[in-house]
Amino acid sequence: MTAPLLEVEHLTMRFGGLTAVDDLSFVAHDRRITAIIGPNGAGKTTVFNCLTGFYRPTVGQLTFHGHHGPVLLERLDGYLIPRQGIARTFQNIRLFAQMSVLENLVVAQHNELMRASGYTVYGLLGLRRYREAEAEAVDRARHWLDRVGLLSRADWEAGNLPYGDQRRLEIARAMCTRPRLLCLDEPAAGLNPRETAELGELLLGIREQEKIGILLIEHDMSMVMGISDHVIVIDYGRKIADGPPAAVRNDPNVIKAYLGETEEEELPEEVKADLEARGEGGG
Amino acid sequence: MSVAAQGVGAEKARFDPARALKEAGLAAFVAFMLFLPMMGFRLVGAEGRLGLEYRPQWVVIGVVTVFFGHLLVSFLRAMRGAPVRPAGRVGPVARYVNTHAKWFALAGIALAFALPFTPFANRYVVDVATTVLIYVMLGWGLNIVVGLAGLLDLGYVAFYAVGAYSYALFAQWFGLGFWEALPIAGVLAATFGILLGFPVLRLRGDYLAIVTLGFGEIIRIILLNWYPVTRGPDGLSGIPRPTFFGLVFTRRPAEGEVAFHQFFEISYSGLHRVIFLYYLILLLALLTNWFVLRIRRLPVGRAWEALREDEIASKALGINPTNTKLTAFALGAMFGGFAGSFFATRQGFISPESFTFIESATILAIVVLGGMGSQIGVVLAAAVIVILPELGREFEQFRMLLFGAAMVGIMVWRPRGLLASREPTIRLHARSAGERSP
Repeated sequence: MTAPLLEVEHLTMRFGGLTAVDDLSFVAHDRRITAIIGPNGAGKTTVFNCLTGFYRPTVGQLTFHGHHGPVLLERLDGYLIPRQGIARTFQNIRLFAQMSVLENLVVAQHNELMRASGYTVYGLLGLRRYREAEAEAVDRARHWLDRVGLLSRADWEAGNLPYGDQRRLEIARAMCTRPRLLCLDEPAAGLNPRETAELGELLLGIREQEKIGILLIEHDMSMVMGISDHVIVIDYGRKIADGPPAAVRNDPNVIKAYLGETEEEELPEEVKADLEARGEGGG
Repeated sequence: MSVAAQGVGAEKARFDPARALKEAGLAAFVAFMLFLPMMGFRLVGAEGRLGLEYRPQWVVIGVVTVFFGHLLVSFLRAMRGAPVRPAGRVGPVARYVNTHAKWFALAGIALAFALPFTPFANRYVVDVATTVLIYVMLGWGLNIVVGLAGLLDLGYVAFYAVGAYSYALFAQWFGLGFWEALPIAGVLAATFGILLGFPVLRLRGDYLAIVTLGFGEIIRIILLNWYPVTRGPDGLSGIPRPTFFGLVFTRRPAEGEVAFHQFFEISYSGLHRVIFLYYLILLLALLTNWFVLRIRRLPVGRAWEALREDEIASKALGINPTNTKLTAFALGAMFGGFAGSFFATRQGFISPESFTFIESATILAIVVLGGMGSQIGVVLAAAVIVILPELGREFEQFRMLLFGAAMVGIMVWRPRGLLASREPTIRLHARSAGERSP
């Protein structure tokens, strides 16, 4: 087993009287793809927003082993979290629509470039140090554009890209921050089966080559089961299953809460028998 | 998306007589309501008393013109088959100008430098050109805040006022000259920019506009009421004129001073100072432009644009929104302060009356009309906004009406401004034709 990268302990998030996440604990490991799945409204995105500093959790401790050693995420301001090595994408794509594809990727390297530009002073003077740093940033952007197949569209306005390209560009942008943990919020939403398969390949490639952890929220079961090393199922903010995909797939609780919605012939025989024994429990 | 919009538009553009008549009738009705009080009656003074003159024929002529004019417009629109360009599309002219920005800019700068020596230049022309350049500089400064960082600032004139008053007061109290006071005025204005920035960090759009509007008014009211320092509505006069490397622009220089005409052994002319002021603001404006173009390509400039596009995504990339917004406010304010100092030294007299809301509105109008973020667009818009009312002087009280109509026209035909087209700050491939259109 590889080292734990992110340890979530007793995470609870309440909005007024509504408990969106209830006492959730899990671990995401380095060089592993961890998936969080659950029905709509189960609290998946809330977990992400707590991890990436958009919400401050009501209760809980989020330990992240980042670039500068272990830190408690719940104590950091949102914009400081990426600097520890967490990058994220959004369920509804959030690109800088009027900026070019390349600019999106260069903006992602803001903090390094800011230092190299002497907080703007060297940059204004046009010193070589900044120009070299910028060239390096462009090289990294070029590398990721190549990986996601957008090299020829580098100078397009990001908002003009087709939907699937926008999804991949958002992943490339997140990778340009050089994260240790990549958090993807429903990356396959709105993609066709071929694009989904390519996305799976891309994520496996990132895990192998960049040696980082990936945390994934997903609805698309085929992709989750195909590429995940570890699956966490939540429902109504509570964890109902946690384990390798094969084990989770057969967990009766999961089937009841989540897989029960899919067509029956996809379910394994023993599960069907189990369901029947419970008297149409899924419906 | 644009294809779909065109399809809908083309269908709509088929000429439909019944509908055209209905629309023309509606337009004629609105015109009637407007013209009845505006053109139907006229105040006349007769035998020492005021009386009304009734002019129904004027109303009839106006309404009939509007009715048939509207019919003609809908007919022509149907004939051409092309609807108004959907908002958001960039016109070919704007794209051409922006891709050849370098040549347009060089030609413009050359023209600006040559202007005082062209045959048609006189005191009036140079004076108007100086005013245009003040607004160009203010527009470029505000462009940092509004165009790049996307923060709608309706109180920009406050920084202009801070710059003007800091020069006037530093000159009065400490005897500082223009060149010594200029950086101080810039720093003070930037400080005020940060002061404004802090409370409004969380605000966007309309809310931000209201608070900045209030800030502009606060500064003006302080200037108006803090009599011991600012001399309130009386204003500050006797503000020293700038010098050209220590040379003054007066006919008879004071003891120990050397006048410009004496040094160069030419005869005195009042035009020298006007031309000097013109070159001074030209240089200040070019400095602003250089700075803005440069900073747009630096990380902080890209972060401004990223924040404008999506604040949440920017935060998720580790951009500190507080610092980034504050630098935008501070740097935008700094150039407002520089321009204010220049204004003070040019006029020799300042009072709160020069810094009313209408100034903020004018500067913002320049940025919006020019096309957010477009540097050349700002020049064009500033020229339009300053020169149009000048051209309209013969129309007396109608000139502001003409001016308003022109602004409405620009916004109808060019909703994103005269030259709205954004060039990426960095490219991977050399430009090729049509690559950015999907």
